[in-house]
Amino acid sequence: MNTCLIVDDSRVVRKVAQKIFEELGFTCNEAEDGKQALEACAKSMPEVILLDWNMPVMSGIEFLQELRKTAGGDAPKVVFCTTENDFAFIQKALEAGANEYIMKPFDKEIVQSKLLQIGAI
Amino acid sequence: MKDTDFKFFEELLKRESGLIITPEKTYLLESRLLPLAQKQGIQGGLEGLVQKMRGGNASLTRAVVEAMTTNETSFFRDNTPFQKLKEDLFPAFIKSRGAQKSLRIWSAACSSGQEPYSIAMMLKEAPQFAGWRIEIVATDLSQDILAQAKAGVYSQFEVQRGLPIQMLVKYFTKQGENWEVKPDLKSMISFKEANLLTDLRHLGQFDIVFCRNVLIYFDVPTKGKVLSTIKDITKQDGVLFLGGAETVIGISDVFKPLTNVRGVYVRADSTFMAEKSPVAPAPPLSAVQK
Ligand SMILES: C[S@@+](CC[C@H](N)C(=O)[O-])C[C@H]1O[C@@H](n2cnc3c(N)ncnc32)[C@H](O)[C@@H]1O
Repeated sequence: MNTCLIVDDSRVVRKVAQKIFEELGFTCNEAEDGKQALEACAKSMPEVILLDWNMPVMSGIEFLQELRKTAGGDAPKVVFCTTENDFAFIQKALEAGANEYIMKPFDKEIVQSKLLQIGAI
Repeated sequence: MKDTDFKFFEELLKRESGLIITPEKTYLLESRLLPLAQKQGIQGGLEGLVQKMRGGNASLTRAVVEAMTTNETSFFRDNTPFQKLKEDLFPAFIKSRGAQKSLRIWSAACSSGQEPYSIAMMLKEAPQFAGWRIEIVATDLSQDILAQAKAGVYSQFEVQRGLPIQMLVKYFTKQGENWEVKPDLKSMISFKEANLLTDLRHLGQFDIVFCRNVLIYFDVPTKGKVLSTIKDITKQDGVLFLGGAETVIGISDVFKPLTNVRGVYVRADSTFMAEKSPVAPAPPLSAVQK
C-alpha cells in the first residue's frame, strides 16, 4: 500500500487532499506543521509527502531541509502544495530537494498528473 | 432544432472540417452555436443562423467550424508517446540523420500549442541535437486556437497538467498569474493554418509527424483520406504518432504499425531503420474488421 503524509495547517485542505490521495490508492497520515511532520517521518517514512509552505511552528521548506538531512529522509517524494506561486519559491523548493510542486488551488487531475510525473503511481 | 437545420450543419461540418456530428450531439450544436449567433447579432437562434449562411457566407462558415472544434489538450499528453520519442525514435534519427544534422517535425492538429512545445522541450533536453537544424511546424484549422498557441501563454491550471515542474521553471517565465513560453523555445516552432482535408504538400516533407486526437472526430473514409495526405508529406523513413484511441488498422494501408513501439506508425513502403527490420508486415486489409 502506498503511504502519504499530508502536511498542512488547514484542516479543510488536509481533508480535501486526503480524499484525493485515498481515491488514488494511498493510505494517509496527517501533520499540522513541519515539526509534527518530522515526528511522523521518524516513526515511519511515507512514500509521498504533500507539503504546504506557510505553517506555524515549522514551515514546509524548513521541514524539507531537515528531512533531507535525516537518515532515510531522501526516500520520500516530496510534492509542495502551496499558494506561493512565484518563480523564486519554486526554485527554492527544488533546490531543497522537492520532487514536484503544486500551486493551489488544486484538484484530483493535477495531483494525479504530478504523481505520475514523479513515478509515485 | 429543425431537421433541415441539423442536416445543414451536419453537411457543412463534414465538408469543411471532417467533423461528424450525430443527432445525439444536437445539444453541442446548440451550446456552441447559439452564443455565436447572439454575438453576431443574428435573430432567430440557429434557424436564423442557417438562413444567414445559406447561399454561402465565408466568415460565418469559418466561425461555425471553429466553434465546433474540440481543443482539449495538455503538455506531454498521455506521456508514453513522448517517452517513446525520446527513447526509441530520437536515437534512430540521430543515427539516420547524423550526416545532414537536420530534422523536420510536424504537429498536425496542434490546438493551443501544448503538443509542439512539449516536442520542443524534449529536443532541448537531448544534448545530441545541439547544432542541428530542427524545425517544428505546428498547424491547426482554427485561427483562434493558433493565435493562442503562438502567444504561448498558459494559465496556472494548464501548466500543471502534464508539465514537470523542472520544465516549467526552465522554459517558462511568469507573467502575472500566467506562464509564458520563453522565446528560444517559441523560435523552434512555426505556426501555420492548415486544414487536414486539403492538399498539404506545400508544407514540405517531415521526419516525424504527430497527428493526435483529431482523426477520432472523422468518419472512416475521411480518416483514410487524411492518412493518405499525411503519407504524401512523410519521408519514406519517417514515423507517425497517432492518439491513444486511434489506429490505421482497418482504415488505411498506406501506414502500418511499428511492431516494437506501440502507437507509432510507418509508411507501408517504409525504410525506417530497415537494417534492423523491426517493422511488422502490414496486415492485409481484407483480414481486419472494417
Ligand atoms: C483535441 S485537439 C488535439 C490537440 C493535440 N494534438 C493533442 O493530442 O492533445 C484537436 C484539434 O484538431 C483541430 N482540427 C479539427 N479538424 C481539423 C482539420 N480538418 N484540420 C486541421 N485541424 C483540425 C481542432 O481545431 C483542434 O485544435
